[in-house]
Amino acid sequence: MATLQSSGLGPSGIVPGPLAQLPWRIIGLVVAIGMFGLVVLYSAASGSMTPWALNQGLRFFVFLAMAIGLSRVPETFWALGAFPMYIVIVVMLVGVELLGAVAGGSQRWLDLGFIRLQPSELMKPVIVMAMARFYEILPAGEIRKFGAIWPACVLLGIPAGLVMLQPDLGTALMICFGAVTVMFLAGIPLRLFIGGALALAVAAPLAVNFVLHDYQRNRVMIFLDPESDPLGTGYHISQSKVAIGSGGVFGKGFLQGTQSHLDYLPEGHTDFALATMMEEWGLMGGFFLILGFGTLIRWGIGVSMRAQSRFARLTAAGLSATIFYYCAINMAMVMGLAPVVGVPLPLISFGGTAVMTFMICFGILLSIDRQSRRVQRW
Amino acid sequence: MVRITEAAQAYSFSRRAVVLGGIQGAAALVLAGRMTWLAVFENERYRLTAESNRVRLTLTPPRRGWIVDRNGIPIANNRTAFRVDMIPDRMEDKEKTLGLLQQILSLSEEEMARIRTDLKRASGFQPVQVSDSLDWERFAAVSVRVPEMPGVQPTRGFSRNYPLAAGVAHLVGYVGTASAEQYQKEKDPLLVAPGFKLGKDGLEKTLEDRLRGTPGAKRVEVTAHGRLVKELATRPDQPGETVKLTIDALLQEYVARRLGTNSGSATVIDVENGDILAMVSMPAYDPNSFSDGISRNEWKMLSEDDHVPLMNKALQGLYPPGSTVKPMNGLALMHAGVDPHARVVCSGAMRVGNGVFHCHKRGGHGPLDLKNAIMQSCDIYFYEMVRRVGYDAVAPMARALGLGQKFDLPFSTQRFGTVPDSAWKLKRYKQAWTVADSLNASIGQGYVLANPLQLAVMASRLASGRQLVPRLLADTPRQEAPPLAATPEQLAIIRDAMFGVINSGGTGGAARIQVPGITLAGKTGTAQVRRITMAERASGVLKNASLPFKLRDHALLVCFAPADKPKYAAGIVLEHNGHTIRNLDTPMIGRDIMTFLFDRKRAMDSLHAEEPTWGGDYRTRMAAQAQAFSTAQNAPPPEAPEDAAEAASTVASEAANATTSNTIDSSAAERGSVEAD
Repeated sequence: MATLQSSGLGPSGIVPGPLAQLPWRIIGLVVAIGMFGLVVLYSAASGSMTPWALNQGLRFFVFLAMAIGLSRVPETFWALGAFPMYIVIVVMLVGVELLGAVAGGSQRWLDLGFIRLQPSELMKPVIVMAMARFYEILPAGEIRKFGAIWPACVLLGIPAGLVMLQPDLGTALMICFGAVTVMFLAGIPLRLFIGGALALAVAAPLAVNFVLHDYQRNRVMIFLDPESDPLGTGYHISQSKVAIGSGGVFGKGFLQGTQSHLDYLPEGHTDFALATMMEEWGLMGGFFLILGFGTLIRWGIGVSMRAQSRFARLTAAGLSATIFYYCAINMAMVMGLAPVVGVPLPLISFGGTAVMTFMICFGILLSIDRQSRRVQRW
Repeated sequence: MVRITEAAQAYSFSRRAVVLGGIQGAAALVLAGRMTWLAVFENERYRLTAESNRVRLTLTPPRRGWIVDRNGIPIANNRTAFRVDMIPDRMEDKEKTLGLLQQILSLSEEEMARIRTDLKRASGFQPVQVSDSLDWERFAAVSVRVPEMPGVQPTRGFSRNYPLAAGVAHLVGYVGTASAEQYQKEKDPLLVAPGFKLGKDGLEKTLEDRLRGTPGAKRVEVTAHGRLVKELATRPDQPGETVKLTIDALLQEYVARRLGTNSGSATVIDVENGDILAMVSMPAYDPNSFSDGISRNEWKMLSEDDHVPLMNKALQGLYPPGSTVKPMNGLALMHAGVDPHARVVCSGAMRVGNGVFHCHKRGGHGPLDLKNAIMQSCDIYFYEMVRRVGYDAVAPMARALGLGQKFDLPFSTQRFGTVPDSAWKLKRYKQAWTVADSLNASIGQGYVLANPLQLAVMASRLASGRQLVPRLLADTPRQEAPPLAATPEQLAIIRDAMFGVINSGGTGGAARIQVPGITLAGKTGTAQVRRITMAERASGVLKNASLPFKLRDHALLVCFAPADKPKYAAGIVLEHNGHTIRNLDTPMIGRDIMTFLFDRKRAMDSLHAEEPTWGGDYRTRMAAQAQAFSTAQNAPPPEAPEDAAEAASTVASEAANATTSNTIDSSAAERGSVEAD
């Protein structure tokens, strides 16, 4: 990690200072993954920049610029702004719920005129920061007490519940995972996690039966027994496995995928983009993505380890974990290891909100990294 | 205190961060492992799945193997057929195209409805048949206008052709489209490919595996929604095997024509090796029109005909063999120790128990030895002699000569009759064998039943002295033919008697052959199908000509030629012939068939001379019959059965049952009087 952390073009003077300070290697990695994603989308559209690759490319660079911009925001802004942002987004979530109720039917976005904003997406990084902020404020001695747990549960429960109502199981899970990861890192007693895991094991079947919507329950059931529905939802998983498996080690070659080009693979440009990619690029393409994201996440954890404040540490680790969950849940789902829950693969799947969420996480990580390095330099 | 706790917290954080990193690393390994598993270890399986997703096969039906006669003359072959199919996926304006096609091909509303249903069911790239067996003009008319009708595909295919038409119907059967049940059973997509037909009856059915061939395939790349993307390599079809029969096609056609208007069958066997040279059952359906799909009218006509054209009489017809068993009886009697020169006095009738058994000759034949008894077909001689030795001594010889024997021939349905004896009767009817049973059996009536092929085999075995086994497929090995349990002297007596039947004032004088140097030996037979009451006998037995068709006697003949050095044997059975028309009776038909084998020109000349007297050859007569029938049909025709084969076999078995019940009627006559010529 040392090489990445100390990356940069150095104070050569040719490049303006603020730009020279950026960790260009890790940004280069993100650009590499993003470009690879565009190549996949180009192929998914049967060798065409439209309708996906061009659109996605524009968003990628706009949001990358935004991330670099975010890197200039001081850490204290994030710490102080965590709760206000949290409240604003919860209000927006309620607003979405109300709009949906008025319009009759479920709605996930707010139309702000220039952008359709999904508040649930913004909640993914914000919940991490809110939790981090909560544990920063919490006196160190309180960490093993009940007072360290219930406010966190409330903080988590409100947005997770609202998102579940939408209903969006994937995002709700991501919010929970991000928050619970921060709680774990903050030092909540281990027995609570073990107990919680056990409780979850008991509650899961009940949740499946009483909380989930029919289509969600269906997906879980089909995940447990894909053969039960080879032409319905199980079709997604089996065709995706066929695409990945038929790609072999080196893939069928760029633009040569048959599963995706002949429409056998559903959602080949969104949630199942990994299968589209691996059909053409094979195991090598898959390893590249795992290594790429792995390096990125390790860098994120490295950032958290070097961070000076408790808030920065927890936020950096939590955001890295959020990126990890994105990748891991999507990959597991596409390869038949997890139910189909609708989590995209960041930078590869087509969709503006996923790019935005990823870039917010990345921008905040860059900001914390910049902060800690400035401290070190001094 | 707080500082220490914060330090502890920082320590706990980095410890837990390491744990988290470890969990994430483990997750990455699991994901990488899963990828490797799918892409490396299951690669083969998924590659095949992806390939079968991508590529759809459109099968092109293989050219069906020919069926040829012993000299290579085709009995069943393929002729070019013009057909028009539609590829639903390529059609643009479906209604316009269908309308144009209907106009060009003059399709009926019924056919249009069928096409619409097929179109709805078909997936996008699978051709739907519009019409097959088009003539050239209509095919050309469609071909010219193809640019206006995207998706319409005129193709040259093949359809089955039987040059001898009805003459080979019961021998080869016919082909047709596969039924839903057959597809359910075989699951072979070829069965539903447009233009594919499989054997429905006869050899076409039993030799299906050899005749079918391997389909060609058009490989096309399609999307998940069935849209055709591009055409890939095409594999040509492998035509089916050519199957050679022992049949002589020219003889087969001659026999079919020579049977004339009779409802009957004739089988000719090569006495040197058992090869079946001809096996004809007439009247018959035209397998060409059956294979194209038969019209309702034609179906109704065939199923209502009392000459049962839907039954293969040679193998499925069972008849009391009548007097044709007398030479066999003679051999059995000698084998049982009866002196062939011992005489029996025939007074015209014989009393056994309560019954009186009559000879066909009212005044009686006077004293007769075995040879004369066969020549004159005296019933009393055989009554008396079989009464002496018992029928259980005759039955083994009957079986050795092929009666009641099942032959391993490639036909799905064969009925092989009965050779009764006391054990059989006890088992079947739980009754003891009676003397009357022996007497009835001795003149080929009562419980005795045989099919025409068995009679021909009997003739061939008497002629050769060996237990020849009939053979139909030229590539199956000939079976061993062990000698009969008879001395050459005994066989000579029988052959001499059969020579006498035809050439020395016997009952078959009309069969005397005209070819110089060739003589025919044989034995005629008449099988009564009704009971003759005492009252009728008193007032004079009714002449067959005055009886309705179904009550007339069956006429039979077994014969072989040349009498001195047998080469060919034949068995002829004419249902309800009644000996009413001389040149359509068994002796002359037998004579002409044998004449054909030795002098084709003479036989053909006489056939050409005589055929007009009975309305021409079978093609002419069938066309006339169909014309007359459809003119007579004013009422709407009944529903044609979906599967002609099944219906045909039902009709056939009903007809066969009818025949059996006839014979039971005649056996019921046992107490009264039974006679055979």
